[in-house]
Amino acid sequence: MTPRLSRRRLLQAVAAAAVVLPIVEPGSAYAGGDIQRDTLDAWADTIVPGEKRSATDRVVAGATAGPGAVQAGAYDLYRDPDVGLAVVLPGLVALINTQALAYATAKGKLLDVRVPPFVALDFKSRTAVVESLLRGSGVVQLIWYALAALAMLAFHTAGHLDTATAIRQGHPGLAWLGFPAPDADGVWRFPEFSYGVDVAPPHPMTTTTGHPA
Amino acid sequence: MTAVERTDVLVIGTGFGGAIPAYNLAAGGAKVIMLERGPELGAADFTQSLELGGYTRIVDLIQGNGIQVVAGNCVGGSSVIYFAASLRAPSFAFERRGSTGRRLWPSVLTRRALDPWYDRVEETIPVARQEWSDVPYPGGLFGAACANAGHTCNPVPLAVDLDRCTNCNWMLNGCRFDAKRSMLLNYLPAARAHGAQVRPLHEVQCIARSLTPGYRYRVDYTVVDGNDPRLTAGAGSIEAKVVIVAAGTMGTPVILRRSKLGLGTLPAAVGKYFSPNGDRVSMAVMDESRIRDVLGLERSPGTAYEAFPIGKPIGSMSYDYLDPALPEFERFGLQQIYFPAITNILPEDGTPGSPDWFGVDKRELARKWRSWLTLLALTEDDNEGSWGALPPTGNFLRIASSAVVSSLTYRPNEHTLRGFAASDAALRSIVEKDGLGQHLDWTGGQPVLSAHPLSSCRLGDDPNTSALTADHQLRGSPGLFVTDGSAVPASLTVNPSLTIAALAERASPGIARHARALGLQVDESVPPPHLG
Repeated sequence: MTPRLSRRRLLQAVAAAAVVLPIVEPGSAYAGGDIQRDTLDAWADTIVPGEKRSATDRVVAGATAGPGAVQAGAYDLYRDPDVGLAVVLPGLVALINTQALAYATAKGKLLDVRVPPFVALDFKSRTAVVESLLRGSGVVQLIWYALAALAMLAFHTAGHLDTATAIRQGHPGLAWLGFPAPDADGVWRFPEFSYGVDVAPPHPMTTTTGHPA
Repeated sequence: MTAVERTDVLVIGTGFGGAIPAYNLAAGGAKVIMLERGPELGAADFTQSLELGGYTRIVDLIQGNGIQVVAGNCVGGSSVIYFAASLRAPSFAFERRGSTGRRLWPSVLTRRALDPWYDRVEETIPVARQEWSDVPYPGGLFGAACANAGHTCNPVPLAVDLDRCTNCNWMLNGCRFDAKRSMLLNYLPAARAHGAQVRPLHEVQCIARSLTPGYRYRVDYTVVDGNDPRLTAGAGSIEAKVVIVAAGTMGTPVILRRSKLGLGTLPAAVGKYFSPNGDRVSMAVMDESRIRDVLGLERSPGTAYEAFPIGKPIGSMSYDYLDPALPEFERFGLQQIYFPAITNILPEDGTPGSPDWFGVDKRELARKWRSWLTLLALTEDDNEGSWGALPPTGNFLRIASSAVVSSLTYRPNEHTLRGFAASDAALRSIVEKDGLGQHLDWTGGQPVLSAHPLSSCRLGDDPNTSALTADHQLRGSPGLFVTDGSAVPASLTVNPSLTIAALAERASPGIARHARALGLQVDESVPPPHLG
């Protein structure tokens, strides 16, 4: 009897192949890029999208104009020793690409094999893959959440840099937020901080020291 | 083999719950040793930076199931990283029943009974009463929006030296100006002046009954590596006649549950009935032109607001819904509060369709960051949280500096969700009136975020649902007291630090009396710390 290749078996085979591929030679050249970096940058770009860095940029999807997490230094944060994720990154990259391949297979999409499967997806599909990974539960879900949070932290806080230094260097995420600059000595102080007017009546039952009764 | 040390009183933790009894007992004449899991830092060490590896040394972001909790991890505990709002809990909070049908607090504890202890704490810390001219722009904006909607609003009393404060908004990192009155500036130096020893980077693992005559308990600890908190640099034991557990709401139940075998007995309520203090965070993205046109506010010519990152984090609060006539679960405080950008993952983008909290629309929301107004409703939850499996060591699984995973599970029930919905509606009606802004959820990927964990080892009269008697003694373990936020029986509808501190003051004379009964020469009535 000829074994029938079910859709489930096909997906399992594809997934197994995808898991093996990127970790056989971590950091190996893959159509001119680095699998780990390209995959994580594409992940970060899905969380905080930005514009392509060049006309030939395959990693950043270019979903919007202006800077995103990639320009803000997400990859530096992923590898930051204070984050402590470096040891699990190869495995996460393999899983992202596995999920991307499974998604493409299920949707009948053909992928450009010269780049990692996740990078080969368009922005909408990348978003669907990220959402599917974030939907899990337990410790595994926490890891995906952390991977999303780090992209957010790279853009919103320049978490891999001293904040005053980041502002001085024109960090694109802090500039996007309008994060205020410190004084010349690198210290924040706001001598002007209050409207200085009584804006509301106090609660009638307020105690003499300002507490609720 | 290392010799076992001995002391009269061993205090686990150096936050409000640890520093206050440590002072009182040391000033009364006891030999006191304090063990603290985190490092010791002072004003010169505190950074104004969001770089990981800086603030993450002293702030733990604890990931549970269905909840994220922020807590301190340093000498001074959460008092070092808190936002200094110092409010007495309203009278009705002490009468709460939750869904149990019986009063949750011990019958002897009422607001009136606690008021003298609130007085003592407020004088010692000390707490400052803000005028509106002390309240930064975001608090002023919230106050004006409240008034516009027909509500009252109050400046929030703060544990801050208002003259020294630079309104820099870096309170989470610890105050480099020594303007925030943490335990580092009052009770801890006073305790040390009376001989108390503070030992940072000492993480208590368990407590057991001692076999040494006269010493009731043996406390085992490991020494935390100063460079990598995931590593151990040593271990030891201390025997004590009295033990005070104040490792914080997130730490105390874990230590006690690991100690069950060594103590021989443990109340079933330890590690149950956790409350996030009903914390319900949300935000508004404000319309600058409406702020000017409707509220008449302008901070400089042509600029109405754009001041989200300026000031002290907590400025103003409406007490309107702290009304004892309202049904339980529908009473809440509404507070303006600044959340640093490290939490920017949480706001939802306010547009239809997924994703809610990342992607293109979320980044557009970030472009208006200076016009954000973050808000905290302090509601009445139903103590739904409980701990699961114990971690192999310590209080959590520490993945990295600051990043820890707890087995705490919190799923709000229908009562708590009713409070969330009512407070959301109240805030929406304030910030959206006359088009002032758009109210947004703050639950991106996380159902509940709490900076005020409570009740994991709570006081009460009912031995089935409380772990501590009214004198803070752990049921079945004489001489073992718990004096931190875990002892607070239920959510308070205000920030809890002042209540935790007042309870620790109230507990101290009783602990001294207990020590005297053991033959120690300890004065149970000592004056408040004298601060030079």
